[in-house]
Amino acid sequence: MSEPQGATAATLTRKDFQTDQEVRWCPGCGDYTILASVQNFLVEIGADKSKTVFISGIGCSSRFPYYMDTYGIHSIHGRAPAVATGLATARPDLDVWVITGDGDALSIGGNHFIHALRRNVNLKILLFNNMIYGLTKGQYSPTSELGKITKSSPAGTADHPFNTVSLALGAEATFVARTLDMDRPLTEETLRAAHRHKGASFVEIWQNCNVFNDKAFELVTGKSSRADNQIRLQHGEKITFGPDRERGVRFTPQGRAEIVEVADVGIDEIAVHDAHREDPSLAFSLSRLSNGPYGPTPIGVFRDVDRPTYGELVEHQILAAQERHGPGDLASLFASGSTWTVG
Amino acid sequence: MSSANSIDSVAIRFAGDSGDGMQLTGDRFTLETAIFGNDLVTFPNFPAEIRAPAGTVAGVSSFQVHFSDHEILTPGDAPDVLVVMNPAALKANIGDLPPGRTVIANVDNFDERSLHKAEYDSDPLHDGTLDGYTVFEVPMTTLTVEAAKTVGAKPRDAERSKNFFALGLVSWLYSRPIEPTLEWNRAKFSKDTLVADANEAALRAGWNYGDTTEMFTGVRYEVAPAKLEPGTYRSISGNTATSYGLIAGAQAAGLPLFLASYPITPASDILHELSRHKNFGVRTMQAEDEIAAITLAIGAAFGGHLGVTTTSGPGLDLKAEALGLAVQLEIPLVVVDVQRGGPSTGLPTKTEQADLLHAMFGRHGESPVPILAASTPGDCFDSAIAACRIAVTHMTPVILLVDGYLANGSQPWKLPDPNAIERFPVEFATEPNHVAEDGSSEFWPYARDERLVRPWAVPGTPGLEHRIGGIEHADGTGHISYTPANHQHMTEVRAEKVARIADDLPPLQVSGADDADALVLGWGSTFGAIEEGVRRHNQGGGRAAHAHLHQLNPFPSNLRVVLDAYDKVLVPEMNSGQLAFLIQGHFVKRVRSLSKVAGVPFTAGEVAEAIAALSAERDDPEGHQ
Ligand code: SF4
Repeated sequence: MSEPQGATAATLTRKDFQTDQEVRWCPGCGDYTILASVQNFLVEIGADKSKTVFISGIGCSSRFPYYMDTYGIHSIHGRAPAVATGLATARPDLDVWVITGDGDALSIGGNHFIHALRRNVNLKILLFNNMIYGLTKGQYSPTSELGKITKSSPAGTADHPFNTVSLALGAEATFVARTLDMDRPLTEETLRAAHRHKGASFVEIWQNCNVFNDKAFELVTGKSSRADNQIRLQHGEKITFGPDRERGVRFTPQGRAEIVEVADVGIDEIAVHDAHREDPSLAFSLSRLSNGPYGPTPIGVFRDVDRPTYGELVEHQILAAQERHGPGDLASLFASGSTWTVG
Repeated sequence: MSSANSIDSVAIRFAGDSGDGMQLTGDRFTLETAIFGNDLVTFPNFPAEIRAPAGTVAGVSSFQVHFSDHEILTPGDAPDVLVVMNPAALKANIGDLPPGRTVIANVDNFDERSLHKAEYDSDPLHDGTLDGYTVFEVPMTTLTVEAAKTVGAKPRDAERSKNFFALGLVSWLYSRPIEPTLEWNRAKFSKDTLVADANEAALRAGWNYGDTTEMFTGVRYEVAPAKLEPGTYRSISGNTATSYGLIAGAQAAGLPLFLASYPITPASDILHELSRHKNFGVRTMQAEDEIAAITLAIGAAFGGHLGVTTTSGPGLDLKAEALGLAVQLEIPLVVVDVQRGGPSTGLPTKTEQADLLHAMFGRHGESPVPILAASTPGDCFDSAIAACRIAVTHMTPVILLVDGYLANGSQPWKLPDPNAIERFPVEFATEPNHVAEDGSSEFWPYARDERLVRPWAVPGTPGLEHRIGGIEHADGTGHISYTPANHQHMTEVRAEKVARIADDLPPLQVSGADDADALVLGWGSTFGAIEEGVRRHNQGGGRAAHAHLHQLNPFPSNLRVVLDAYDKVLVPEMNSGQLAFLIQGHFVKRVRSLSKVAGVPFTAGEVAEAIAALSAERDDPEGHQ
């Protein structure tokens, strides 16, 4: 599906979205590919640079706004969803993106993350998940696997990790997707769906940190293993995967998603993915198929449903108040309540 | 009808259980008094718990109204009349009532159980505790139930109207008009007419009780209307005045107002009030936490709204990092801190001024923020407008310090003329402001004008796309920069920018004696107690002067000159000497600190006494502490 093209948009190229700032991620970092995907995507949809805003927190990924020639704020650790909520609520005309990471969004900023989702603020939240703290040089993150050995967990972590997609669904998100840094077509397709969605679009991007957590996603992204481990979700299509699509997902009578051999159960048993389903429980079941890049993992859009956005509801209340009471008049505001006159 | 003596001012305190409706009684009496034309100041005082254990001293709530036929500035040093609805209220308040004054007690509640709950071993009404006071025992509950019966209210429900009986009686005692209360009652309970009828019956019964029993002949007083400046008035609390000031400030700036706050005592009423005025284009958000509240406001400010967040001490703690971000972004933002007793949860419903140094220094790094402080409930209006003006005209976050006493206290307020409010319309940047080496034009977010103020360009402006951030950046371009010289420069520029705001602020005024031997320097809500204290001291032959700071950072440019004119400087504040600390550090001048951290404001008497003591001291060139 293609987005409407603006008149000036056709003339913009990826270069127009690049700044003169030297990109300072480590060579080989997955962030480079994501940056390119996002810039290409904005060119493709004919984005208006002046109405596009990138807001980030703190972490490697959060340097992103400095490399985008749009409006942007590099804010403080964990608070980007709140800063962006303020902007998107004040200015519904803008296209507001949040760039965050696993530590930024899920640890220090967990509260703002879940509240932006449940409010359905008109934001695109791109969470670069590398399952590690990069900028602070290699501590475990809330998505690191249990037992992970890092500088701050020499004996291995005792922390059970978040399942990011489950968390977003539990936070009442209306759009939840997962993509992979190296898979630019999937990323751009996912961004397109996220951008089309009205309200909070949450996109988790598995991103390789080649310095502190190299090849963490290898099983799902690597050439030799990916066909066995990528479950590509397509709305309206049977959920099958494997080199010959010989495996699939079905829902048990209790609603749990399970991986089966198509040959064993027959294709009719295999579930058809319904991203628009109002009830999030099947999407949640899909999210439970893997708790990280350790086996067959769904990627693509888990959930994409309509709900009024926070900004729309706020604007509606303002218009309704103005209709009912007329535009504000200071003199009558001051004189509200009981007054008396002297002299 | 008994005749009344006349008197120039009266302070009356209503006290009862938190569930007895004392705040409402005080509010209604205040309005009657205001409409009658007296000048007045109020002091509500209540526990933090919504329903503290009934009948206990901890659960006592009170409301003091001081009204007069002349200008007054404080809620009164001590009440003249204490109305107590139960023994606990008596116990909690009798210590503040000087001998010879009047107690009106709801004798129905002085039963054994209530006495026990208040930890009285014997009945204080009859055991000599109140010797020396004029005591009136009124069976308020019984009379209320009797009166309410006539309108069909059941005794259990009717009992709840006993505060209206008290209000009726006291209204009669001071010849207050009860019509405004009757009107209010009918409107308020229009859906529950039985309650409205019971309240009205109780109110009238209270009035008639005073009128028909001869009991109160000696204590009935008339306080003539005060000669206030001509104009239309209303009673206003600090929180309402702050809310109106923010709306007016946003209008003066020509910007939509965006408020994001997290509920916190005693600031929540600003969130409530502003949420009611959406027709002014006011957007209010109840944030998920205090940090979200300030960062939401920062986001809205980036979008060209007037971003505001309101809070109290614990919230200011949490906002510290984001305030630093606003300093670094150089983005307009107004933070209202309605101070309360601390530290930690402290005294949520009690007043204190102990966040001054926190506002000044409570962030990591060199992080200068302009600080204003309101001095009276009505001044909250002007201070809020001033905070908006400084924020948008100097591209900076501003902290406005209010406190619980101002927030909940009220005063007659002369309605301002909206057209007379000075406008400061914001002009967003629309054009590039720099020519690059290659001759192309660029927008530099940190290019500065002569006041060191950067331009405000909002998203949606083509060609001015730019990035700002909390990370240190080069002046002009805003590009990330870690160079030693740049950080030195930026630190100095941010400080100098705030310092230059002093050029834009009125000089400090001094009132009191011309040839004063001592200056009393105050800030914030101590205004009334200090001004009144200085007047009393001077009426008694003393020679003191009063200067009151509305700007704590930067200080008014003439503050040094003012301080240099006095050898003796007294600094009363509801903290352990925070302004005194700043003054001594800033001006290297010894001052005498008068500290009070009791959760209640200074009385004028306390200030007058301290002035007298300081004046009486022999001059000591070394200074003294
Ligand atoms: S530390 Fe890791 S995430 Fe950060 S820039 Fe380097 S490779 Fe990328």
